[in-house]
Amino acid sequence: MTTTLDMTALDLRQVNTRLQAAARAQANEDYVITNPRGSHAMACGLDGPLGVTIKGSTGYYCAGMNKEATITVEGSAGPGVAENMMSGTVTIHGDASQYAGATGHGGLLNIKGNASSRCGISMKGIDIVVHGNIGHMSAFMAQKGNLVVLGDAGDALGDSIYEARLFVRGSVKSLGADCIEKEMRPEHLETLAALLDKAGADARPEEFRRYGSARKLYNFNIDHADEY
Amino acid sequence: MDRTPRTDPRQSWTFSNSVNSEIRRAAATGIYDIRGGGAKRRVPHFDDLLFLGASMSRYPLEGYREKCDTAVTLGTRFAKKPIELKIPVTIAGMSFGALSGNAKEALGRGATMAGTSTTTGDGGMTEEERGHSEKLVYQYLPSRYGMNPDDLRRADAIEIVVGQGAKPGGGGMLLGQKITERVAGMRDLPVGIDQRSACRHPDWTGPDDLEIKILELREITNWEKPIYVKIGGARPYYDTTLAVKAGADVVVLDGMQGGTAATQDVFIEHVGQPTLACIRPAAQALQDLGLHREVQLVVSGGIRTGADVAKALALGADAVAIGTAALIALGDNDPKWEDEYRKLGTTTGAYDDWHEGRDPAGITTQDPELMKRLDPVAAGRRLRNYLAVLTLECQTLARACGHNHVHNLEPEDLCALTMEAAAMAQVPLAGTNWYPGKPGF
Repeated sequence: MTTTLDMTALDLRQVNTRLQAAARAQANEDYVITNPRGSHAMACGLDGPLGVTIKGSTGYYCAGMNKEATITVEGSAGPGVAENMMSGTVTIHGDASQYAGATGHGGLLNIKGNASSRCGISMKGIDIVVHGNIGHMSAFMAQKGNLVVLGDAGDALGDSIYEARLFVRGSVKSLGADCIEKEMRPEHLETLAALLDKAGADARPEEFRRYGSARKLYNFNIDHADEY
Repeated sequence: MDRTPRTDPRQSWTFSNSVNSEIRRAAATGIYDIRGGGAKRRVPHFDDLLFLGASMSRYPLEGYREKCDTAVTLGTRFAKKPIELKIPVTIAGMSFGALSGNAKEALGRGATMAGTSTTTGDGGMTEEERGHSEKLVYQYLPSRYGMNPDDLRRADAIEIVVGQGAKPGGGGMLLGQKITERVAGMRDLPVGIDQRSACRHPDWTGPDDLEIKILELREITNWEKPIYVKIGGARPYYDTTLAVKAGADVVVLDGMQGGTAATQDVFIEHVGQPTLACIRPAAQALQDLGLHREVQLVVSGGIRTGADVAKALALGADAVAIGTAALIALGDNDPKWEDEYRKLGTTTGAYDDWHEGRDPAGITTQDPELMKRLDPVAAGRRLRNYLAVLTLECQTLARACGHNHVHNLEPEDLCALTMEAAAMAQVPLAGTNWYPGKPGF
């Protein structure tokens, strides 16, 4: 059963209350949100299996801290989409603004368009697939998880990166401090193939390059001070 | 034999032995000095203020018969479930990682017995503190280490940390020595590496964004939790104004004497304003917005006694938070560990290498053997006793000024001993009706 919630008739609190209650009830229902009109904090804090399709573009923090829910935005998403996501899947049909997937711990963020700056900042286990390009300072201080970019990456990719893995098919304008290109081993190709398949991306793993941490900044050393 | 008179050897004030020792340390290591705690330099403080007490124009309350209430409610502006505290003293945010599990448990036990709240820190929420803290404030920090919606919902309040007094504008660093498997696991990072905490939040910039972030946190938690915004003592009037504009229920204001687990000494000693200088501008901001007492002000940074508590309240705070003093109550820097402090090259009262994880008292460490030295039950009892004394002292002073609630203390109850304190606290210099900057003079 699909329930439609029209935001010309319901306000944000009413919509989120309905969605959060349905998620908690583990009902595994489907909801369609119409007329989102760029509202902030839509479908945030869902804590259970639920399908949510948003017919239009969203403001800040759509799908924030998502757990288990499958959320689709049939438009573009504002800053911080799926921030601190724990699990589930969030798909953006359009572009995503800054900080997409910031600090995410798990789940899949699938961006069909481009992502702006700081995509995957401080990511902690989330998988992010961007079908287009990503902006500067993406994967800054990225700790865990995988960032896959089918297009190009902007300046300072992976600055101060920890253990996250970055896969880029196109060009990288520049790498940030302590981020280097690394060997693509069989296990990486396998991980990448699975992610591309899951995201429905039309690309082959062999077309990508892998980037990650040189691990030179893990413990402070005065000889590396110029890196910062 | 040369009998020419000589002047006594003369030490330089500018290049003192202490300064020279730091130059030698820097030359030997090439690394700036990192330490825990807050500013150690002498700055104008609550000691520079006095209560006037009752006289002909004020009627005192009988100390042992007339009630002087101490209850405080935090989060009355928007939250469905404000926090009710029995006393106006809370425990400031301190991280698991910086502190041992036993220390976090002791803080929870002591605070709960006293009827007040504790606060998490960078690194997430532990069972030790949630399980032993009846009221727990969950910090929302730039690093987002351990942040998850389940803990967010089981918190009693959320504190968005924009800055802290020891390092306004700075991030944090938990050095690899303290990164055990448990700490690393909570932070999603490898064991043994330095863990940097960013100085800015990853997904918002400025007060307009913060307003939306607060909206998101309220939506996730059903608008139940009070949202605090913690700021370092930098520009308290404007920072308070902007925090309130962004939607804060409570503003937590931390002056430069407020502690940190580990930060560069140069940052601790040279950035930010003394606590005393921050309170009046923050209270004025709330008054100008017509929200004083509706948005509560919690002040921290160098609170040690009930007199400090009373003076902070008199200047406009609704409550105070203690960190360093709470650790001392638990047993930090206790003289009984002097032999071990000596082995570490320091002495009782001066030990501040909290980041190294070798704390003889078992508080700022993750070493299993050292941690055992802190009995969380006994330490919790000491904290409870200390909180009780702070409260009794504060009540005593409030009664002496004729107030039946500690919140009725006001600037008119105070005078200042120094020009600096008079200017910062905006209360008259003792024996005058004037303070520097007072309009009309």
